[in-house]
Order: sequence, then structure tokens, then C-alpha cells
Amino acid sequence: MFGHGVKNSSLHTTDHNSLRGSRATSDFRPMKLAGLEPLVVTPESNFVNIGERTNVAGSRKFLRLIKEGKFEEAVEIARHQVEGGAQIIDVNMDDGLIDGKEAMVKYLNLLMAEPDIARVPIMIDSSKWEILEAGLQVVQGKCVVNSISLKEGEAEFIRQARLIRRYGAAVIIMAFDEKGQADNYDRRIEIAKRSYDILVQEVGFPPEDIIFDLNVFPVATGMEEHRRNAVDFIEATRWVRQNLPHASVSGGVSNISFSFRGNNTVREAMHSVFLFHAIKAGMNMGIVNPTLLEVYDDIPKDLLEYVEDVILNRREDATERLLDFAEKVVGKSRQNQKDLSWRQQSLQDRITRALVKGIEEYIEADVEEARLEASKPIEVIEGYLMNGMNVVGDLFGSGKMFLPQVVKSARVMKKAVAYLTPYIEASQEASGRGMAGKILMATVKGDVHDIGKNIVSVVLACNNYEIVDLGVMVPPEKIIQKAREHQVDVVGLSGLITPSLDEMVFLAKEMERQQFRVPLLIGGATTSKAHTAVKIDPEYKAAVVHVNDASRAVTVVGDLLQKERGEAYIQEVKEDYASFREKFLGRVRKKEYVSLSEARANNFKISWEATQITVPAIPGRQVIDEMDIALLRSCIDWTPFFRAWDLHGRYPDILEDEIVGEQAQSLFDDANKMLDRLTKEGGLKARAVFGLYPANSVDSDDIEVVLGDDRGSVLFRTLRQQAKKKEGVPHLALSDFIAPKSTGIQDYVGCFCVTAGFGTDQWVKKYEADLDDYHAIMVKALADRLAEAFAEYLHREVRTKYWAYAKGENLNNDQLIREDYRGIRPAPGYPACPDHLEKKTIWDILDVEESIGVKLTENLAMYPAASVSGYYFAHPDARYFGLGKITEEQLEDYAERKGIPLDEARKWLSPNLAEA
Amino acid sequence: MSKTRIQDIIQERILVLDGAMGTMLQRYKFTENDFRGDRFQNWPHPLQGNNDILSLTQPEAIREIHSAYFKAGADIVETNTFSATSVAMADYHLEKYVYEINLQSARIARAVADEFTAREPEKPRFVAGSIGPTNKTASMSPDVNDPGYRAISFETLRKAYHEQASALVEGGVDILLVETVFDTLNAKAALFAIEELKEEKGINIPVMISGTITDASGRTLSGQTAESFLISVSHIPFLSVGFNCALGAKQLVPHLQVLSSNTEFAVSAHPNAGLPNAFGEYDQSPDEMASQIREYLEKGLVNIVGGCCGSTPEHILAIAELVKKFEPRKCLVTA
Repeated sequence: MFGHGVKNSSLHTTDHNSLRGSRATSDFRPMKLAGLEPLVVTPESNFVNIGERTNVAGSRKFLRLIKEGKFEEAVEIARHQVEGGAQIIDVNMDDGLIDGKEAMVKYLNLLMAEPDIARVPIMIDSSKWEILEAGLQVVQGKCVVNSISLKEGEAEFIRQARLIRRYGAAVIIMAFDEKGQADNYDRRIEIAKRSYDILVQEVGFPPEDIIFDLNVFPVATGMEEHRRNAVDFIEATRWVRQNLPHASVSGGVSNISFSFRGNNTVREAMHSVFLFHAIKAGMNMGIVNPTLLEVYDDIPKDLLEYVEDVILNRREDATERLLDFAEKVVGKSRQNQKDLSWRQQSLQDRITRALVKGIEEYIEADVEEARLEASKPIEVIEGYLMNGMNVVGDLFGSGKMFLPQVVKSARVMKKAVAYLTPYIEASQEASGRGMAGKILMATVKGDVHDIGKNIVSVVLACNNYEIVDLGVMVPPEKIIQKAREHQVDVVGLSGLITPSLDEMVFLAKEMERQQFRVPLLIGGATTSKAHTAVKIDPEYKAAVVHVNDASRAVTVVGDLLQKERGEAYIQEVKEDYASFREKFLGRVRKKEYVSLSEARANNFKISWEATQITVPAIPGRQVIDEMDIALLRSCIDWTPFFRAWDLHGRYPDILEDEIVGEQAQSLFDDANKMLDRLTKEGGLKARAVFGLYPANSVDSDDIEVVLGDDRGSVLFRTLRQQAKKKEGVPHLALSDFIAPKSTGIQDYVGCFCVTAGFGTDQWVKKYEADLDDYHAIMVKALADRLAEAFAEYLHREVRTKYWAYAKGENLNNDQLIREDYRGIRPAPGYPACPDHLEKKTIWDILDVEESIGVKLTENLAMYPAASVSGYYFAHPDARYFGLGKITEEQLEDYAERKGIPLDEARKWLSPNLAEA
Repeated sequence: MSKTRIQDIIQERILVLDGAMGTMLQRYKFTENDFRGDRFQNWPHPLQGNNDILSLTQPEAIREIHSAYFKAGADIVETNTFSATSVAMADYHLEKYVYEINLQSARIARAVADEFTAREPEKPRFVAGSIGPTNKTASMSPDVNDPGYRAISFETLRKAYHEQASALVEGGVDILLVETVFDTLNAKAALFAIEELKEEKGINIPVMISGTITDASGRTLSGQTAESFLISVSHIPFLSVGFNCALGAKQLVPHLQVLSSNTEFAVSAHPNAGLPNAFGEYDQSPDEMASQIREYLEKGLVNIVGGCCGSTPEHILAIAELVKKFEPRKCLVTA
């Protein structure tokens, strides 16, 4: 170690005898702080290590303890810090769910009562002045205020500095001003100089009581503008120490290696190298996690070189070289350096940690230990495991844990419960352990999509609800029968395709008729608060709540089932939906529509004579019997994958996201591991069928597709926008993108179905048998992504090879995702063509079921769920649009064209019908 | 023309602070009725033992004591206001009289000091407004079962001290002396109030602070070492920093050494007249006390010296004679 180790601070009453010598005034003025004992920061005292585990942002455990009001336990964290060598302890209570002022005062009061903790000075850390001031009023020693800055302007800065002076504390100044945070060398020294001058000259602040936090920002992020982050910090530190007499420099070291989270070998080396150079430049205090610090001299030569290249910005390709190297060490470091110190903690702490971290390895052993201690096996669940899951629930509820982690926690919980079950049964205890409530979950009739439903189930189960999961394609009579049989407290309905909306309305009516009074939860991609409020809520007298993400589901169910407040909450929900409905309907009525004939007259006009139409190079029907999954991987659009796990943000930026980045990266790693496995073990089968046919648009928005030989022709029925538009804006229908028969020009259209869903069931079953929801959901989510990737991949094949109207196309994956290419592939059931019935036409044309095995359910969902079907349009002007609402006139016309009863057409198109 | 500002005089000679007020008052053997005087004859609560009220009910006695100390050679006397805050006076339900007690106490001492200065202009006499610790602690819990509990807040103390200090200033004191600090947080509230007062009144009154090392552990009651105490209050431009009470002159030496070698301010000491005997009485003789204080002077540790519990004008006389023979400790900064 090179000196920033622990040094006993009480030994510093050394020779700065101020009276006889002149040193005290003219030379160096040490910063002096005090707890019960002094801390004098001299050039000889090396690096002052600030403990940060007593910071709600720095320690999840600390945050939890404070939230749970376990202040005595939280005091132990401070003790541990001081025992571990922290010379100052940073106390921070800035969290949205904590009363920061009250918590700060209470905690500091308790710390002050512990002489072995209170011996060190306190750093009172908050972004709120009132919390800082409250802290200053309860500590007798000389503290450090962390922090103030010029962010809110000079007047406020001066006011706060004067008060800090009057309370007798030192202060950290953030390199931040009215313009923002300093992120380069010049801005750092500009702000430091200005702050220093104001403090010393205007406020009369002793310069030795000023500490600058010059903003440690990450390097090796891949961003050009971050290359100099370490160098600028180090150089600014040098400048401050040379030009602003007596001032100190501090910083949070771990930020520097932010982009290597998960790779501790590299991070530890980065911290040491950064500190080594920053301390040489004059950084004399800071927050360093001692467990994340390699001894400088012990860093392997090659790694040291790569890291120094990055920190000191010595080479253009420094980041790339370190990244390459990091990949090599990542696996090794994880195995070698697994921190097992938590295994020494108390049984409850171990079980809680296993649940929070999703670690399965030791759970059975720990549960066994707990079982032997307990008088009844059920107590292990009710005590240790529920305590742990409560922590998980709290962390998730406060946004400190993310969905994928919670699902992993659930896996550990299930394992633990499974282990205990035989013992519980043997002891003949009632199995109804103190559950918070029983919830029925089902994907409605005709729908096969269940990722969202499964996630909500897992999260609710984590929060101590018993889940009765009926699976997918559940008919309404079964939902009602099971709800009654299990006496559930809440019924949750899920669906992705539009016909599912009607199923939900039907179910609400049935439940009302049978006098159910349990709340109804509505979720799934096509559901909305509007639909719930307008169509479902009026049918059912009890509460109907639209819930579209898992974290909200927990809150909503909790509120619904609350004994005292539940009724009032239900009343509020009913009122909320009623008023939402009123507003919504009020808005809808204002919309104006044009007649069908007007809309048709105002269609999208293409100059067909001037259009170069490409004859498909390989026309007719093609089947791809088995697609290489490895090839599809590179086409995956990851953004929706993260969204499925409630992690919001664009890929790849999401991996760097300040809040969810770490979790996104971990999920991404797990997904790739799973893909490796699927590729290697050949679990999933991806298949496709597609065809390209001569076609022309004919009267009334239809497209005539000529199948050739003896198969004659079929018609794709398309729908036309009818909402009133501005002058010159056309009313679109997909048929506008195909040359009309009347032009005499031969045009073409295509259709397809791809699937990546075969084989998912086996994998899912295997994981479910292993009580592993995390991987079961993961397989499904990945199959969905692979199906989408396959659709994207096949579309490119069609554009460049089969239809070959864009032979020279050369787009990367991002451009593909942005749809920078010519032509579209709209899918029935989606906004441009919301009629699911049209899938049947595609199935007929391509013999989809016979050729690749994808089926249509009674409500026209595709099975397996990880499938995509649609049309191909090649015209350069072809684009995606939303049909919007249509009038009764078009509905009648459509029913007649299709030759189906009006009521049937109404059922399928009901989400698109304008209010009469 | 000789110097009249205490900041200047302190550079030239060692100043003598007075001795105990309480010890002297005990000699009067005042009864409950004496404490009440005419004014508080019907006060519903007992007042015996409330020395500070005597400034209102027995002003002549207070005058005599100040006079006796000046006569013995003291440069500075302390006002009879050690417990005159709304916090401490709550015990007697006399919160309403706090301002008046301080004002009158300051005026009494002022008049005596001016009398002596007029008589001996080459030795100007000064009045220090005595500001005690109150009877509550802001950083310790009085309840062992509830360590997070506090009987008083910084805010309450700050307001109480502000009231006391402003009355003392109005009464004409030359110095404010925050003394017998056993909880540094109480002292910080007093210092905060004094800084506010200085700003409000546009004055720059010198401030002395004097902590109390309670026992052989070498710490204040609230647990701080001498150096930590010094660091924790040094944000204020003091006339002097020192220790008083609890210990005798001899026991204070190591702690004064810590102060002396770590501060740029002047250093003060007003120890007790030895340690109490089996009957709780201080029986150290004036000569004995002076001989122990000689060590301070030989080591150059102090600029101001006086006495606390048990000391009398006889002790102060011995000390005043002694300090004449010594140079003061050099200090680089004075308020």
C-alpha cells in the first residue's frame, strides 16, 4: 500500500508550536478537525480516508436500516467504519423516502453517545441546507460540511459560508457554479479560484478550512470527451494546491472506474493508479472503499500499463486496449475474488443478503440452520425469509432494486420454500402461512402472451401474496370458477392482442352478473387506462385498476387490500376512473370524421407512371426450415428487451445509465449467457415462411394478390383513415402503396410469418421445474426478441435478395432498427392494419400452419407467442401510419367486403370505432 | 499615556482575574428572606441558593465583593451572572427577570471598576460578563436508557445566550466570558449568539472562553480532549482560551500546555483553590495556590490567571503579587 492507509489521527499533536515559531502563520496552516479527539491534516498525515457507509446513497444496508428506523443497528455501521480506519465519517440522509432532517439529527445524536465512534470528526453530507444546518446544531466537534457551491449564485453561497463559519465547521466546495458542474480543467480551476477568493476575501473563511471536491468523473467510457477526465482532475488538483494556499482537495474515487463495474480487478487497479497520481498532485482526502483497492505495486505490469494509459490519457487507443484486456480478466477475477465475508454475518443477514443479491448457493444450508433453530419449520418462512423479502420489497418499492433482481430474489425464495415444504407438511402445519392476500392471474382467452403477467406474478409473490396462476388462453368461465374456488382477493387479467380487450370487458360483465366484489387488475401491452376507464370500469361495480408495470402492481394491490383504507382507496379509484372517462369521452366527441367516399377521394396519390417497379428476383413462396439463432443475435433490438424488464432507456446508452445502468448491464450479461446456451445447445427453433406475389389495388381499398397456377387470387382488405385532416394531408390506407389495377401497371406485394418460439416451452418448463422464474421469463423474452430480429433479418433478405429492389443496401443494425431502409412490413393487429382477421388471409396464402407450424388461436393470437407476421410493401413512399378511428359507415362497408356479419366485424374492430 | 485597551495591555503583562463569587457570598450567610429581599418577598418559589438574584436583592454585597477583588489586585472582575440565563433560571421560575439580572449585575461591576480606574488610571480595571454553561447539556442525554434524547436544543440555548449577552453588553461589560464549558455544544451556541449580537450591534467586544476538564481523564464532561475542545471553538476570534474549575492549579498544567502550544490566542486559567476536602470545602492556602501557579508562569503558559471555586481575595492578592515578576506568554493574535 502506498500510504493512504490508516494512520492514527490522535498522534498529530506534533510540532506546530505556534507561539515560538512563525510557522503557524506564514508557512503551512493545517486543517484541524475534531470529534472527541482531534484530526489535524498536515503534509505528513498523507491521505485522509473518509468513511462513506453511513451514507444512504453509499450503502444499501444503511439506507434500509434508516428506513426501517433501526438506528441502533445503523450506529454499528459507523462503528465498523471507524474500527476499519475511517478518519472522518460521512453521514448522508438524502433520500426521497426519508425525513432527512429528522434522520440526520437522530442519527448524529446517537453517534455522539458512542465515544469510540464520536472520537472522529463528522462530515455532514446533504444537498439540502436545512439538513446541513440541523446537523451542525447537534455536533460539538468541528465538522466538515459536504457541500456547498456557487450553483445557486454568490449571495446564497456567501450566506451559507458565513453560517458554516459561525457554527465552526470546515467546508467542502463542489466545483459547480451557476453555469453547471465543472467538467474540464479550465472550469475546475475557474470555479475553485472564484469560490476561494469569495470565501477568503469576502467571508473571511480560513483557507485551511476549505476543501475542494473537483469532481471525479469516469474515464474509459468510450466517449471522446471523457478521455481527459482523470488527467483534468489531477492537473486541477495540482493547480489548486499550488495556487490556493492551505486549501485541501477531496473526491469520491470509485467514480473513476464507473465504466468497469463488474470487473473488480480492473476497477481496483484503476482506483490505485488514480489515487497514486492524484495524491502526488496534492489530493489529500477522499472517499475510498478499502475493499476496492489494489496495492499499487501489486498491480500486474501489463494491467498497470493499460490502466495508466487510460488514467493519464497516454494513447489514442488506451480505452480499447484496456477493454480488450478487461475481457480477459473478467471471468478470472469473479472466481478468484468472490467476497465471501458476508458468510460470517448473522443468519438473518445471510438470508437477507442471499435474497437481495439473488444468491442461491447457500440458501438451503442457511434455511436448514434456521429450521434447526426454529421450533416449527413454518417459522423460518414467517421469520427469516419474510424479513428478507420485506427488504427486497422495500428496495424495489423505493427504486433501489430493479425488476430482474427481484425476479432473481424470487428464485431464491422459491428454493428456500421448496426445501422447507416437506418439513412443514410432516409437521402438519397449515400451509396458509400469513399471506398478504391471494391473487388470481390469467392471460385471457385466445391470447398467449404472458411475460408481463409472469413478471407481475413474481413481484407480487415476492411481496407475500399467494399467486394462483392459470396460465394463458384461459376461458372466462374457468377464471370465474377458479376465483371462486380459491376465494381470491384480486383477479388480474392480462392480454397483448386487441381482441383480449373485449375478453376483459366480457369478464367484467360476467363477474358483475355473478356478483363478484373482488378488485380487477388489468394489464398488458394493448390495455390502457382509457380503455379500462371507458370500457371495463362501467361494467363492474367493484374496483377496476389498470396497472402496466410490476412495481405499481405491488402498491396498487397493497392499497386495495389494506384493511382500514382499502374501501376509501377503492372509492377513490372508482371516482378517478369516472372522471377520467368523462374527460376522455368529452375529448373524443370533438373529433370530426369525413365520409368514406371523401376519404377515398383524398387517398395517397402516387405517380405510378414515374415509379420504377421491381419484379421480385425470386417470386412465390419460400420456407426457411431452420434459421441459425447465432445469426439472428446480431440483429436484436435490445431496447424493448430492457423495457420488458421495466428498465427504461435506449440501448446501448441504458448500460451507462446512472440509475439502472448497473442492473441493465447485469441483465444484458445474463441474456447473452442465455443466448450462448441456446445457440450451443440448440434449444430454440427459428422458422419462416414468406412469399412475393403479383398484386394490384382494386376498388374500395382492397389489394388483389395473384397466387398463380390454379390457386387464383385472394384479397387483402385494408382500412382507410377517416379522421378529418388538414388541407393537403391524405387519408391513408395500405392499398394506396400498391399500383391500382386501372393503371395497367403490374405491382407486387409480399407477406410472411417468422417464429423463434419453438423449443421455448421445453426450456421454460425446465426452469420452472427448477423454480427459476428468472430464467424462464428470460427465455421467453429472448424468444420474442429473436422473432423480431428474424423479422428484421428476413425483411433485409427480401429487400436485397428475394425481391431485390434494394440490392446495394448496406445498413448497420442501428440503421435497421431505425428503419432507414426502403419499404415497410406492417403486421395485422397493429396500427396501420388493426384487423387481426387478415392474419387468416396470410395463413391461407402461405400455408403457415402446415409449413412452419405457427397456429392462430380462436382470437387470432399466434402460437408460439414469439412469432411475427405481416405484409411487405416495396414502394419508396410506403410508410407506417396509424389508422385511428373509423366510422360506422366504413365498418359496414368492410363487413360487406369481407362477407362477414356486421357484429363480427364490430367485435374485431371495436377499439377503432369512433363513438357514434 | 498608558494603554487602556485590554487587547493591548494583555501583550504587556499578565492580567489577574478575580476569584470565586460563591465562596465570598457564603460568608454573608444569607437566608431565604435575604435572597428574596423586599422585591421577591411573595415569590411563590424558594430562592435561596440563587446567587444571581442577589444582584437585585442584595446589590451592596455584590459591590463589596467586586471591590475586595479589585483591591486585592484583580484587573478583571466577573459579573454575578453565572446562571443568569432563561434556561438556568427556569429552576426558580425567574425567566422573566433574566435580562434585568444581567443588566444590573453588569452595572454594579461597571461602577466599581470605574471607581478603581479613576483612582489608579495606570491600572485600568475591566468587567467580564460571566456566561455559564446552564444546567442542561446539548450533546448528551440525561437518560441513560435513551442515548439519542436531548434535554435542550441548540436553538433554545442560542436564544437564551443571546438574551444574556445583550443585557451584559447593555450594562457595560468590557468582555464576554463563556466559562466552565463542560459541553462544547452549549458553548458553541453561546458563541453563535455572541457573533450574532456583535453583528447586530456593530460592536467588536472581546470574548474569552474557558473550558472545564472534569477529571483526571483529561477530557471535558462531554468527552473532548483539550485539543479537540480548542479546535472546536477556534472559529471565533478570542481574547483568550483557557480552563477553569473542577481541578486545582497543579492538575491543570498539562491541559494548559496543550492549549498554549496549539493556539495563537492568549491563554487563561482560573483553577479552583485545590481539590475539595472530605467535607467538600476548599482548603488550599493562598500561598500554596500561588506556588502552584508559579509553574504556569515559569513555563510561559498563560496570559490571564485568577481563581475559581474556593478562592478568595487573599488568594488573588497572592497571585497578583506573583505575576508582577513574570513576562506574559506571547500571543500572536488578539481579538
